[in-house]
Amino acid sequence: MKKSGLTAVVLSILVSPVYAADKEVNIYSYRQPFLIEPITEEFTKETGIKVNILYSKKGIAEKLSREGKYSPADVVLTSDFNRLLEITKKGLTQANQDVVLTETIPTQYRDDNRHWFALTTRARAMYVSRDRVSDQQSLTYEQLGSPDFKGRVCIRSGKHPYNISLIASMVAHHGEAETKAWLTKLKGNLARKPQGNDRGQVKAIQEGVCDISLGNSYYFGKMLNNEEQKPWAAAVNLVFPNQIDRGTHVNISGMAMAMHAPNRAEAEQLMAYLSSDKAQVLYAQMNMEYPVNPAVEPSEMVKSWGEFEADALPLTETAKHRQTAYRLLDEVKFDL
Amino acid sequence: MNNKKWLILAWATSFCLILPALFLLAQSFAPDTELFDHLWETVLPDYIVNTLQLVSLVLIFSALFAIPVAWLVAMCDFPGKRYFQWLLMLPLAMPAYVVAYVYTDLFDFAGPIQRVLRALFQWDVAIGQHWFFEIRNVPGAAVMLALVLYPYLYLIARTAFLEQGAHLLQVSRSLGQSPWQSFKRVAVPLCRPAIVVGLVFIGAEALGDFATVHYFAVNTLTTAVYDSWLGHGSLSAAAKISILMLIGVMAILAVERWQRGRQRYYHKYTGQTALFHLSGWQAKGASAYCALLVFAGFILPALILLSYTLKSMSFNTDSQLGVVLLQTAWLAILAAVITTALAIIFSFTNRISRHASAALPSKLSSMSYMMPSTVLAIAVLIPMTLFEITLNDLWVWLGFDAPGLFLSGTVFALVFAFVVRFQAVANGTIESSFLAVSPSLDMAAKSMGKSNQQLLFSIHIPLIRKSISTAVLLVFIECMKELPAALLLRPFNFDTLATYVYQYVSDEQLEQAAFAAILIVLAGLYPVIRLTQTGERTT
Repeated sequence: MKKSGLTAVVLSILVSPVYAADKEVNIYSYRQPFLIEPITEEFTKETGIKVNILYSKKGIAEKLSREGKYSPADVVLTSDFNRLLEITKKGLTQANQDVVLTETIPTQYRDDNRHWFALTTRARAMYVSRDRVSDQQSLTYEQLGSPDFKGRVCIRSGKHPYNISLIASMVAHHGEAETKAWLTKLKGNLARKPQGNDRGQVKAIQEGVCDISLGNSYYFGKMLNNEEQKPWAAAVNLVFPNQIDRGTHVNISGMAMAMHAPNRAEAEQLMAYLSSDKAQVLYAQMNMEYPVNPAVEPSEMVKSWGEFEADALPLTETAKHRQTAYRLLDEVKFDL
Repeated sequence: MNNKKWLILAWATSFCLILPALFLLAQSFAPDTELFDHLWETVLPDYIVNTLQLVSLVLIFSALFAIPVAWLVAMCDFPGKRYFQWLLMLPLAMPAYVVAYVYTDLFDFAGPIQRVLRALFQWDVAIGQHWFFEIRNVPGAAVMLALVLYPYLYLIARTAFLEQGAHLLQVSRSLGQSPWQSFKRVAVPLCRPAIVVGLVFIGAEALGDFATVHYFAVNTLTTAVYDSWLGHGSLSAAAKISILMLIGVMAILAVERWQRGRQRYYHKYTGQTALFHLSGWQAKGASAYCALLVFAGFILPALILLSYTLKSMSFNTDSQLGVVLLQTAWLAILAAVITTALAIIFSFTNRISRHASAALPSKLSSMSYMMPSTVLAIAVLIPMTLFEITLNDLWVWLGFDAPGLFLSGTVFALVFAFVVRFQAVANGTIESSFLAVSPSLDMAAKSMGKSNQQLLFSIHIPLIRKSISTAVLLVFIECMKELPAALLLRPFNFDTLATYVYQYVSDEQLEQAAFAAILIVLAGLYPVIRLTQTGERTT
């Protein structure tokens, strides 16, 4: 029995070769494949380069570093900035000197050393009950800790990368002690313990569990495009907070070339494509995110949500406080 | 092969299986006291309390679910018993995260149940004015896990009750004990070792679970493991917590063994089962309890999955799904056969070898079962990539092209991780069946000059063949459902049914992958039904 098992393993290795002869490019992705596959399919159609994707929400950086110089990964895609910076800091990426990227991606959305590049931006917005909250346009993140919102706030786990990034930006603006006090008050205002995802909070607002929540901007569009979720979106307004002062916190999704990319040329081609007008239009239309390429406009629906001021603090500054944000969440037992 | 060669074979294979755990152990010695102190001063005590509550509640619920129905099905006669025998196993085919998903959808504040209740009683929806129950908490998660894990205990306990035979109970009844007293004072204590084995499986699954508790917003020690690794960036702190969890489990097991003392129960099965014929409300109650379990653990979630599928039919025309089903089943079969073969090697070696260390391969290779699955995946990668990089370097030095990651970049990594993780399941099943084979058979075979191989293949294996198929089937079902390790270790463009479903669950859109979830369940159904039948033939 054992022998046949081993034979089968050996056979399986023989029939699934690691490298095929045709041109291809390998992606390690933190983003769900159904978000990027339509775009990579277009890329394959245009260039004839086959795209292989490995998706995992956890452990990609660790896998990459363990694989070392024989790693098959060419390009890494992430859905937030901190993970992008993490792989850069760990020395798992290399510079991409392609000049095209400097034309398609504005300076603030790429690394000075050309290691990481943003592809889209998304606002950490507020979803606010249409009828039950007043003065919606002057809302701020800070206000979520005010006594006015006692028992009225819903939020997903504080440790989700999107919230971590926002809390780190609070530390950058207000310092550690003040942010901790804010987190404590915010926790006291929660209608229920942190749970679910961004859309789940909007559903809770519709049902009357709470009146206000935090969520990425593109979910508004996704809910409006989904028959079942449409009523949830109809119960809320999408509000860009802190328009009266520093602007709304913005995070990015992005890409980097792996340090030991075996298919460098193809990786460069793919990265250039992802930042090109064509792919950026797809990002904007399908995912309702804001394209980084200035030549491409957001989708009509996204435009209808209005323009907003983004927090001007560079993401690299915010990222410095990520560990602090994590520690503060533990200290106030935010998720418990 | 002589005894010594068997011993070497057992040790060598089990060494390969514990390599990941060893590397993780080494990792845990790296200094990171600062992070550990921080966790200890903030959230760790709460996580520990949550974990203890969760695991004990899962064990209590599983025992309350499984033991009564196991007893009823084994010893009593009541309407529908013939069907309940195997129907009660069905929840095993349901992945816990899928059950968790459908139940939250159903019982959430915004779900249909609470909505109907509110409409019915005109509850005021204004905050704080109304009563509503929260399903996303420790007891909620415990019920979910118990609903899909109790079949383990049911399977083992039912067999144990059957093997116990009727004569002891006849004695107990003749001494004036009621059926209930016979159950409580004779049957359950006699089956204690079997019940403990079942509970250990269930406890380990509950302890290592991440998907369900995460979905239920319950923070446990697995949360701490993932937080320290992914949030605080310290694999060594994560390793340390995993190792501490392992030590905790082993301590509890040691206490149980010590408390059980040197009691041993030997019974000879008589082949005659005197049934308690239930009638009236007792019979109705028995049927109703079994029906409720089957309904809650299987029928209801299956119906909801079906309704999701019908609702979003347009998304399910994915032609890939057939391929995904086949490759998942194929991997699961492979892993199931390998673990079972290894379990036989370990148990057989332990039986024929007089060496004190012969019992260790089985015990050591069972340890990884307690490790959170993503941590296990990384633990598998550490030695595997080290080996590959060394070999690649050597190849390049010799002037050849580097062969690349021929282990960690292929399905080999996946199969290896499945084997490492589920070896405990096969070991547990095979070990107990070897114990039931009388040593006098070995002596007889030896006195007739039979070799070890002849002893194994012509005597032991035919005698334990039912347990062999039980082990293969159990590991198969586990592999079909296994998620986190599969997610990280699969090769490019490769999906198992679980990873396919998960990409949608993680976006809270199970509706779009409900059909794939149904396939996981269907693929598990046949083995589950076979499991009860293999138990059947022993009666």
